[in-house]
Amino acid sequence: MENYIIEMLHITKEFPGIKANDDITLKLKKGEIHALLGENGAGKSTLMSVLFGLYQPEKGEIKKNGEVVQINGPKDANELGIGMVHQHFKLVEIFTVLENIILGVEPNRMGFLQKKEARDKVIALSEKYGLQVDPDAYIEKISVGMQQRVEILKMLYRDNDILIFDEPTAVLTPQEIDELMEIMRGFSKEGKSILFITHKLNEIMSVADRCTVLRKGKYIGTVDIKETNKEELSRMMVGRDVNFVVDKKEQEAGEVILSVDQVTVASKISKKNSVSDVSFKVRAGEIVCLAGIDGNGQTELVSAITGLDKINQGEVLLCGKNITKAPIRVRSKTGMSHIPEDRHKHGLVLDYSLEENTVLQRYFEPVFQKKGFIKKPQVRTYCETLSGQFDVRSGQGPVTIVRTMSGGNQQKAILARELDKKHELLVAVQPTRGLDVGAIEFVHKQLVATRDAGKAVLLVSLELDEVLNVSDRILVMYEGEIVGEFKSNEVTPQELGLYMSGAKRNNTKENSYAKK
Amino acid sequence: MQKNKTSPSLKDRIHTLTSSKGGSAFTATLLAIGMGLLFGFLVMLLASPFNSVPGFLEILLGGASRLGDVLYFATPILMTGLAVGFAFKMGLFNIGASGQYTMGMFFSLYVAFMWELPTSIHWIACIIAGMVGGMLWGIIPGLLKATLNVNEVITSIMFNYIGMYLVDMWIQGNAVMYVSSKTRTQYLPASAQIPSLGITGSNVNFAIVIAIVIAVLLFVVLNKTIFGFELKATGFNKHASQYAGMNGKRNIILTMVIAGGLAGLGGAFAILAPSSIAGSSMTYEPISVIAANGFNGIAVALLGNSSPIGIIFSALFISYIQRGGTLATMFGYKPEIIDVVIAVIIYFSAFSMLMKNTLAKILHNMANKVHTKDAENRTTKDHKKGGK
Ligand SMILES: Nc1ncnc2c1ncn2[C@@H]1O[C@H](COP(=O)(O)OP(=O)(O)OP(=O)(O)O)[C@@H](O)[C@H]1O
Ligand SMILES: [Mg+2]
Repeated sequence: MENYIIEMLHITKEFPGIKANDDITLKLKKGEIHALLGENGAGKSTLMSVLFGLYQPEKGEIKKNGEVVQINGPKDANELGIGMVHQHFKLVEIFTVLENIILGVEPNRMGFLQKKEARDKVIALSEKYGLQVDPDAYIEKISVGMQQRVEILKMLYRDNDILIFDEPTAVLTPQEIDELMEIMRGFSKEGKSILFITHKLNEIMSVADRCTVLRKGKYIGTVDIKETNKEELSRMMVGRDVNFVVDKKEQEAGEVILSVDQVTVASKISKKNSVSDVSFKVRAGEIVCLAGIDGNGQTELVSAITGLDKINQGEVLLCGKNITKAPIRVRSKTGMSHIPEDRHKHGLVLDYSLEENTVLQRYFEPVFQKKGFIKKPQVRTYCETLSGQFDVRSGQGPVTIVRTMSGGNQQKAILARELDKKHELLVAVQPTRGLDVGAIEFVHKQLVATRDAGKAVLLVSLELDEVLNVSDRILVMYEGEIVGEFKSNEVTPQELGLYMSGAKRNNTKENSYAKK
Repeated sequence: MQKNKTSPSLKDRIHTLTSSKGGSAFTATLLAIGMGLLFGFLVMLLASPFNSVPGFLEILLGGASRLGDVLYFATPILMTGLAVGFAFKMGLFNIGASGQYTMGMFFSLYVAFMWELPTSIHWIACIIAGMVGGMLWGIIPGLLKATLNVNEVITSIMFNYIGMYLVDMWIQGNAVMYVSSKTRTQYLPASAQIPSLGITGSNVNFAIVIAIVIAVLLFVVLNKTIFGFELKATGFNKHASQYAGMNGKRNIILTMVIAGGLAGLGGAFAILAPSSIAGSSMTYEPISVIAANGFNGIAVALLGNSSPIGIIFSALFISYIQRGGTLATMFGYKPEIIDVVIAVIIYFSAFSMLMKNTLAKILHNMANKVHTKDAENRTTKDHKKGGK
């Protein structure tokens, strides 16, 4: 018999309307990196929350080093050396990095906080593991990548040696992902055991030792990574073959739908401009991708186009109409759909039900209201149809509170809403963030179908695979400017990388495809 | 899931009770009330051990003998409760209900004394005037918030004072309204008083009916209309409501106008109530004190979980134990004892989320224990107990 540090045996956890975990067994060896794979809503986060003591299972038991343990809350988990980085971070925005790390375990002498001691320990840890953070920065001011390092430091600070990572890479840039993989390998070498949830099979193939697959709350199997491949994993996960390449026919772009003309957006933090003098056009029937490393002005540019923020200079035209200063509602009615970058901040009212969220952009249309009263039955039917079409899974159907839905299904709900809304232009920011491979395939197909139906698509993505696979034309952003423009079938990933890192640039104003 | 004879029904019942949102908010509120009463009893016990039992019973049951008064006193706090709760649904903390209430009173008084109108509509005009007064006092913080992003808490606190002093000044300066020898307003003309409901010995009047109808209307507005949809969406997540193209500024102003109107109506209802003594009426005393009913509205809204229907009940409840508290003075207790009880209840119900979860956990544990004890084959582990 092998020695397992953690055994979760026959775990069953139910929520109203759904068995999120149904008799699941997962065994973690000491020092291994164990991946947990499964479709959106398969029950991965739930299982890990059970281990972390956030939920009590209806059935099953947990053993540590062969002994049954009782985990009634994060505090118990912590005492057993179990730490967790959540899918959606749990940091106090108005606290500093240091304060967040020591929160709950503040070192004190007779009730007086010993900040210096804490700081030294944090700095030592961050140096040892290469987790760079600024202890005095406020959480709300730092990047997602750094927030994640804070979460990791929180675990290390508590001397945890069983580390749970719930989709840590969904929000990271490719560079940050590589670093994280390196850090995880380091942990494993040190004898720490890791549970790692991700939807990206490449990551599993590169760092994991073993992988457990769940499907719809059930245990499918555990495989050795050395003896498997991506295809097998995805087959185990979705129960069919997944096509990683998007089928796309060549197509002539039509008339100009979105025209961005010399747009400049001032930065909120520094004196420089986040977006400086950017011009481009997106035509009907083409997918244009804004590529670049995170933080090079993509977010600000999209906010300017979609109306979330003001433009300092320049003009934006949608379907020939000047929308530079138009309210968001007008943009929406003129034909703009927007899949936002931050689904919790902008995309959803988490305390609203699924059906209320599906009509968030359309509740005022005559189909859904009469004389100011919402037509509940119509909303319900619409939500049911959309959920069916886009495979949005939830415990209680239309009345499910969105906060309780799995991350991927929340994303699908947004996609369904924005794709089904009448639109000429779709602005999609990281539309596949947090989705499983099956769902990604589906979204990519939908993007292409939107384009084939003669709509314009502006895609923002950090993932080179997605950029190259889906788009027709690629604009590379670097430090707030567009530094390169390519047809996606005429450029290599290496070439793109050079432009994205600022090593190479060309003057797009002369040889723009848009102006030809 | 296991089958056995007795426990599943109990367990299921507890589950439905603790898992439905409204249900558990309700249980938590009941628990808060229980704790508040218990605490009040302890205080009474300490203050005067021999009188504590009869005094406490008076608090609990005294209201029952004065139902007319319970309804009468519930009316204004129901309105200010709605004023606070409605704004809160949008994420606005309308601490200015007092000022809006006082302004409403003044507008009502003005129309009552200064306008000659036929008897049948005079009181209605007074009520409407009160509403308009409250609206005016609500719109200013709303405008400041919407256009200049000035925190509504600060402006509405300031407007409580400004409103109170202005009204005191206006009343003292008006010879028709004010009897300076008695430092109060004149008795109102009968035509300006709201028709009584005819319960002898109490001032209860038609206003309570209007107040309840308004609460139900607000419930409909919040839950069935697109305005309510926008309002709650903004309250839950203002970024998402911006993203969805909702007109945040307009909604802030509108919400504050409505909230102000509600509080203004509260003031109107309070001052226009008929007196049970013939020939007299309610009067306003300009004594530089901020109207307590405005702050009571905050308590009512908190206890009612900001839901209009919940607020109907919490207003009735608070009014009920206040009546009992007044009666407890017969046993030598200060009437403030009831404020202590109410404060403790509010304190606990503010923790209602926390309480809800703890309660759910305790009940869940109990259900599980019964469940496993009775079970013949133990396949379910009693995972609540046992150490690590
Ligand atoms: N607190 C909760 N209340 C009710 N239902 C819940 C709750 N948490 C999760 N669920 C439901 O349980 C199921 C499993 O959710 P879970 O978050 O574990 O999925 P997941 O595998 O992590 O998916 P994803 O990849 O999308 O994050 C979902 O259908 C979800 O709706
Ligand atoms: Mg998850």
